[in-house]
Amino acid sequence: MLVIRRDLVDAMVAHARRDHPDEACGIVAGPEGSDRPERFVPMENAERSPTFYRFDSGEQLRVWRQMDAADEVPVVVYHSHTATEAYPSRTDVSYAAEPDAHYVLVSTRDPREHELRSYRIVDGVVTEEPVEVVESYMFSHTGSDDTPDRS
Amino acid sequence: MAITVSIPTILRTHTGGQKSVEASGGTLAEVIEDLETNHGGLKARLVKEGSLHRFVNVYVNDEDVRFSGGLEAAVKDGDTVTILPAVAGG
Repeated sequence: MLVIRRDLVDAMVAHARRDHPDEACGIVAGPEGSDRPERFVPMENAERSPTFYRFDSGEQLRVWRQMDAADEVPVVVYHSHTATEAYPSRTDVSYAAEPDAHYVLVSTRDPREHELRSYRIVDGVVTEEPVEVVESYMFSHTGSDDTPDRS
Repeated sequence: MAITVSIPTILRTHTGGQKSVEASGGTLAEVIEDLETNHGGLKARLVKEGSLHRFVNVYVNDEDVRFSGGLEAAVKDGDTVTILPAVAGG
């Protein structure tokens, strides 16, 4: 399951809408081992295409180095489909190289309503997973009588 | 001095989990040959039919080797070779 803050979902959808009809892409970085997406990083689609995306290689190197230095990983790798449903294409599956990442697909084919779904892609096998959108990670998955830790 | 090669998560099965390893060579092709002798299986993940696999990005220092000679890109002692999975799809 992907648990993700609403502002991050809104940011991915806004990016997808902004770049429509071209595909938009990016990541949400988070602390290594946390499985918690925190830092929104929209990326350049070097292909500028309605049917294909590729991270710009120079930008990717800079972003990956920043993550390395901060002990972060790409918790979410997202991109949009602008004319088809939010399901990984064969090309998406062949490139998927992060077995620990949540692959988020946003479809903008309907101008009024977007579709956002999340997948694991491991060794060429696609598994859809539920998405839980939360206002804050502090209160997710805690019982009603839990109180947040003092910070 | 040697060449430092940064290995992405997906390929660390070939390096016993190490994030970076050392290698030597005067070109990227030689570095990959040297890597293969110590970390068998890496070459097949990087090279296909005599050129770099489209699924990976390889950088010498900050330069994507696709723009600087591919497998023939020059490498010298002290350089850093970074391998990243290409993030792409349709």
